[in-house]
Formats: sequence, C-alpha cells, structure tokens
Amino acid sequence: MADGPILEIKNLDVRFATPDGEVHAVRAVDLAVNPGETVAIVGESGSGKSQAMMAVIGLTAENGTVSGSVRYRGVEMIGLDQRALNHIRGVKISMIFQEPMTSLDPLYSIGHQIAEPLVHHRHMTAAEARPRVLELLRLVGIADAERRLASYPHEMSGGQRQRVMIAMALANDPDILIADEPTTALDVTIQAQILDLLADLRKRLGMAIVFITHDFGIVRRFADRIAVMRLGEIVESGPTAEIITAPKHPYTQMLLAAEPAGGKPPPSDMAPILLDARNLAVTFEIGGGFLAGPALVIHAVAKVSLRLRQAQTIGIVGESGSGKSTLGRLLLRLIDGTGTLRFEGRDLVAMGKRELRPLRRELQIVFQDPYGSLSPRLTVGEIVTEGLRVHEPALNTADRARRAGEALAEVGLDPATRNRYPHEFSGGQRQRIAIARAIILKPKVIVLDEPTSALDRSVQKQIVELLRRLQRDHDLSYLFISHDLAVVRAMADYILVMKDGRVVEEGATAEIFAAPRHDYTRTLMTAAFALTAFGSRS
Amino acid sequence: MTDAAPAIRAPIAGRSLTHLAFDRLIRNRASLASIVVLLAISALYIFGPAVAPHSYDQVFESYVRTPPSLDPYPRADTLKQVMTDVALHARVTLQDFTVDGQTFRATFTSPTPIDPRVTRYVDRTDEFDASRVTGAAADGLSIAVEGVVHREYFPMGTDGNGRDLFSRIMIGGRISLTVGILATLVSLVIGVAYGAVSGFVGGPTDNVLMRIVEILYSLPFVFLVIVLVVFFGRNFILIFVAIGAIEWLDMARIVRGQTLSLKRREFVAAAEAMGLDTWSLIRRHIIPNTIGPVIVFVTILVPRVILLESFLSFLGLGVQEPLTSLGALIAEGASNMQAAPWLLIFPSIFFVTTLFALNFLGDGLRDAFDPRDR
Repeated sequence: MADGPILEIKNLDVRFATPDGEVHAVRAVDLAVNPGETVAIVGESGSGKSQAMMAVIGLTAENGTVSGSVRYRGVEMIGLDQRALNHIRGVKISMIFQEPMTSLDPLYSIGHQIAEPLVHHRHMTAAEARPRVLELLRLVGIADAERRLASYPHEMSGGQRQRVMIAMALANDPDILIADEPTTALDVTIQAQILDLLADLRKRLGMAIVFITHDFGIVRRFADRIAVMRLGEIVESGPTAEIITAPKHPYTQMLLAAEPAGGKPPPSDMAPILLDARNLAVTFEIGGGFLAGPALVIHAVAKVSLRLRQAQTIGIVGESGSGKSTLGRLLLRLIDGTGTLRFEGRDLVAMGKRELRPLRRELQIVFQDPYGSLSPRLTVGEIVTEGLRVHEPALNTADRARRAGEALAEVGLDPATRNRYPHEFSGGQRQRIAIARAIILKPKVIVLDEPTSALDRSVQKQIVELLRRLQRDHDLSYLFISHDLAVVRAMADYILVMKDGRVVEEGATAEIFAAPRHDYTRTLMTAAFALTAFGSRS
Repeated sequence: MTDAAPAIRAPIAGRSLTHLAFDRLIRNRASLASIVVLLAISALYIFGPAVAPHSYDQVFESYVRTPPSLDPYPRADTLKQVMTDVALHARVTLQDFTVDGQTFRATFTSPTPIDPRVTRYVDRTDEFDASRVTGAAADGLSIAVEGVVHREYFPMGTDGNGRDLFSRIMIGGRISLTVGILATLVSLVIGVAYGAVSGFVGGPTDNVLMRIVEILYSLPFVFLVIVLVVFFGRNFILIFVAIGAIEWLDMARIVRGQTLSLKRREFVAAAEAMGLDTWSLIRRHIIPNTIGPVIVFVTILVPRVILLESFLSFLGLGVQEPLTSLGALIAEGASNMQAAPWLLIFPSIFFVTTLFALNFLGDGLRDAFDPRDR
C-alpha cells in the first residue's frame, strides 16, 4: 500500500435534483493522489471542482446523489456510514475553505475552535489539548500564540483567520489536506504568505494537498500535478510542467493564454482635463452620538489629488480597505467628501443632489459584482435604458428599445435578449450588460470598480478587450480600480497606488512597473508576480 | 446587416423571477393543493349565499338546533305531532292525517262549524304550505285540508335560533375572508410604502418614523378599536381599518429591514449614479425586490387578521347579528358545545381548512421565492 495512491477517485459522478431539473455537476472524474503530493484541480466557476471534493469527503448537499468510487488507503468511502466516515474526515482528510470570514464560529475563541477536533476525535480534555493547540498556532505562523488563544475571530485579519483554519485542519495530522480556493478571498500579499505556509507545511509534515483553484498563476508555483476541469469533467491532467508548457486540450490552452496582455499608450498632453481633483478626503464616523461619547473617525480617503484627461485610464491599485472604492464613489459624488473636484470646470463637491442630476449622464460607474449590480426584477432592456428615462424623457418606448438594442450590440450581446432577466445570463454577460447601461448615455468618464475581479480569467480577458475597444471608439476616460496588477497593467496608462486612504506612489504605468519606488508597491508586485515567476523558473 | 437590423428582430421573451417562482409553486404539490382548496372555498363563500336555498338570517322556528343530516326535514314521524299542535292552536281536532310524497291530507273536526281560514294556522308552520280546503262536510263540522309538505335540508344542522348553519358558514366565511384580504391590503399598502421610505431615506427620518411605529405598537389594540368605534360608530369598514392600522406595523418593519440590506446593493448605487430621484429608486428598485418576504408575510397575515376579527366579534366589536363571521360562529359554537356540538365542529372545519391552506401556500411561496432556503 505504501507506494500506491493514498486517495483514489474512480468514475465519480455527482448529480443534484433541483426544482428546475437535474444538474449533473461532476461527470466520471478519475483522480489519484499519492502520499505527500500536491495535486491542483483547476477550473472556472461552475466546473464542478469543489463539488467533486465535497463528494469525496461526503459533504454533498442533501439533494445530491453521488456514485462511483472513492478509496482512501483502500477503504471505500462512498456509502460508508456516518460514524466510520467521521473517523476518516476531520482526522485523516481535512479541508479548508475559501471564506475565512464565515468558516469560523464567531462565538468561540480560536483556542477553543482549534482544540475542538482534538477533543472530539482524540477525546482529549481542553487542558490536554492546549500544548498541541499552541504548537499548531506556532506552526501556522501566528505570532504571540499564547495570547492569541483567547482571541475571537473578529479580532483577527483575514489572513490570520485563514491560518487558524489551516491550524484546525492540521490538528489531527491529516494525510490529505483539501484546500478549496484558500487564498481567493485574500489580498495578494497575504495570498502569497498563505501559499508559502502551505508549501512549507507540506514539506515538513509530508501530507498530500489537493488544491482547488481557478487561478493558474497559483498552481504553477505550487502543484506537482494538475487536473483541469470543465463542465464536471477532467479534460486534461498531468505533471505541472507538462501542462503549463505544452497544454494539449484547447480549453487548457485558452485558460493559460487568458492573462490580459498589452498596454495602453498615454493620451496626448493636449487632451482636455475632464476631472481635476484636489485634496479629496472622506471620513466616516463610527458610533458616537449624544450619550455614546466621541465617535471613532476613520479617514477612508485622505488628501488624494488626481487629474484625468480625455481618453486616459488611471489605474487605482490597492488592497482591500485602502480606500480605492470609496475614492471611486466620491469621484461620482455618490458619497460626500471634502476637497475640490472639478468636472469640466464645475466643482462637484459643492453641488447638491438636484444640481448633480443633469451631470450624472457624463459620469458612470461599473461595479465589481455582476450579480449584485443588476436589479433582479427588471428586464435587461429596462436596466440598460434606465438612464434614458431620466436624461432623455422625451424618448418613447420604441426609441428606448432601439437604443437598448444598439447598446447591447455594442457590448457584444444579442439585442434580441433585451426582454430577458439578469439571472438568465452568465457572469461575463452580466458585466457586459452593466457596461451597456453605463455607455448608453454616452458618458465622458466611467469609474470601473474592479469590473473584472469577480469573473473567470477567460471572461476577464474578453471584458478587458471590450473596455479597450469602447475607449478607442468613444474617447472614454476610465478610472480603473483594481487589486489585480496584471489587469491594471493591461488597462491603465497612469497608476495611483493607495494604502490606508493615501496615495503612496503614482506615475506612468511603464515607470511604476519598471521601477517601483515605494516599499508597499514593491511588496504588492513581488506578491502578485512571484506567483507567475515561480512557474517560469521551474 | 444595416444598423437598424438589431431592432427588427423580435425580442426573446424572458422569464422573470416571479415567473420562475410561480412555476416552482405550481410544482410543489402541497401548495398546489392549497391553491385549489382556497379557490374552492372562496368560490363557496362568494357564490354560495346567492344559490343557497336558505338565507343566512332566515329563522325556522320549528327547527331550532336540529342536528346535521342529509335527509330532509321534517321527518315523517314528526309531522303528525306538528299537525296535532296546529289543530290544538286552531281549537279543532285532528281526525285523520296522511302524507303522500310532497302532499299531505288532513281532516279536522270540531263541535262548532269550522272556519275555512283554519288553513292559515297550517301555513304558519315551517313544515306545511299552500294548504287549501278540498272538501267540507255540509254541516261545516268537518273539513278536509290538502297542502304541500315543505322539505328543508340542513346538512350542517341549525343554530339556536333555527337558522341554517351552512348558509351562515358561507356568509361568515365571506365576511372573514373579506376582512382578512382587505385588512391585509390596507397593511400592505401602508406598511410597504412606510417601511421602504423609512429604510431608504435613513438617518433622522428613519429614526422619527420608526419611533412612531414603536409608539403605535405600545397602544393596546382593543383600546384603539374602542376609540375608533366611539368616534365612527360601529361599521363593517371600521373592522379592517382598525386591523389594518395595527398590522401594517409589522409589515413596515419587515420592509424596512429588507430595504436596509437592498440599498447597499450595487444596483441601487448604479441607479443613483444614473441620476434617478429618490422616489423612482424606491419604486423601481427597492419595492419590487422586497416582494419575496412581503408575499410570505401576507400569507401569514391573512389568517392572523381572520383570527383578530373573530376576537373582535367575540367581544361584540366586530360584525353584528344577524351578520356573522367564522370567528363569531365558532364562539357561538363553543358555548353550545355540549348540547349542539355541530355548531362548533362545522365552522371550525371551514376555519381550519382555510387557515391550513393559507399557511401551506405561505410555505410554498417562501420556498418558491427563495429556493436556496430549503
């Protein structure tokens, strides 16, 4: 047994009975994991990669049926009763999830939560478990472990919580760790740290890791073998180097080529300045009031100045909480702030809602979440033409339908779909709808608030190309907010790097990427590009 | 491939979320059954009183508290006794009495000549009708009377005043359902608008509006109803105004909560960036998206209102005799439980069926509108 695979999946099939018909999520998946090996399952959203692993550890939702064979050290796990299964999962096979914010119970201290698998599976008392918990916390690199034992999840950052999750998963010395997109919800710098930690732990503890991800960048650095999933099937699998350098399946080739490429030349110096912002600041007050004492003041944006010319794209880069989205909303005056913000000579900060309304057609926004930014109960036609109702009330229904058709055609959607509802479209299509809504008014400035972050890589590339084409055709100016340096490099000609509400570095894209001056910019870049750089070395 | 080409093609019809929810609802057997039951009961309440042979306020003095039966009244064996009583009233003697199908023949005798108007005594009963003198003896001391026997069906028996219970249940159900639906509509309109405005505008406005809601919450319901009755007099409309005026508070809170989470969604920000004014935002983007929880709450609210109405009727503040409601009928049945159990059983069956169907429908609607909740 020692040399054979530790986990053998054969012909795994998962089907879900939903009110809207059967969904065949996983189709005849075969996969073997050897001891101490890292296998990456790569696929876009909806490819069934998570469902396949959930089926392996018997966590398929109630309406799902699993067939096929999953053998852990020769023991068939499908159809195993709950008790026997619990001796394997949580002990020999453990799992970490994507969302560190929701995977921990907010009511218990982390010491208690890490001890729980020990107390449960090894029948230790809390006191007996304590040394082991401390050891685990040190193992996952949490500083000051003794004091941290009593902390609650809300007192820790996202990266620390993910470390705690890993510590919990390691508590019983598992043979296999299944990591379901463990770094997707984290900032790039933290992402790199967690990946380092996992690679290091694997070396020290000799466990196998099954790593589920949508990002080839991570996989290059990390995995021994790769399996590429699409529509519930494994389309290609093999050693990492082979798949990366010589992908055979067109889908793998497409995924690998999906990194946005190219750049954008800066506009001419003669181009008119559309937005001129000086010393913009936004402060939020939390709490406070008549009896509550002084409020906690947060400077979300502090002293930011920028100048956006026609046909220019300014990229605003920063991690979560750096104030970049707040800045974007202030530039559209969706929130209040201080400073001066001139749009074609008029100061937007001083204007009231009513005065702003006619200007709104010139300044549009596209949001990150294509699921949340379209009103679910309006048809696509209604969503796209909403601005026309406000700004061109003279149009009749037929005119609006025609304009909606034009706008949809412009973003590459079939105009005949305009009576459909947002939930009938995929994520990428929805983002196109959101873009159609923004351009139908022929605005001058569009704030793009992470428009590609929620999309799969292949779709991301299409959206980037669409945005570029629209910019060329209409001389649009973009403010491109993103944490993804690869996309920013492809889109922007000028970059602002933000941290804690301040601009720490700015300059032309080429200069910043060639020679970052500020430490923070350098950290961001090493973190983001180390992931890909690792692959090119091997 | 001209520029106009896209507009020429007929648009593909989309399936809205409401559409999908309705499809799911129909596929759910429990809720489909509830819908059928509700439709049947509503049809009975709405059209029943018009086609029923007895009016809800028609009193049958002869049939006080008759037990439910599928056979017609009067029973053959009681008819003779009834006719004997008639003869007694008319101060004549019943000599001979036969019933043949729908007709009866009776012969009265008396020591003194009999006035032919004796038939009026016969007609006055609930059992006999259209009696006429078919023959009289030459001396007038004996008279033969023929007439129709009235057959009355009381499938659910009669109440303490001799009124047909089935007819009363139908009219009572109509009142209960009307009050339930109208009061729910009142609370729906006020509550949704109030909650959406309060939640969306936020800040001090929200504070003031919600404090008002809390003040109204603290007013005792019965007190409010009595005050309304004092000012406006007893009135059918008053019942649902009073109930609606209380029940919208919950609705407003639910809608406000929904609105608070909705207004942080990006599509609202996008619409704001589009330049929509506050009212259009609320109307186009907030209210339609609260529909799921609101519909579910409505299906809970209708039975609650029906119960409240019966409580009011019980206190004598609701509908007044001879009009009735399911609640009033049950209250009446409860006080006659031992002597006439059917007075409690039949209205309760209708009441419970209506409420069950509404609750199952509510469950089905919740599942249909939020399939992830299962």
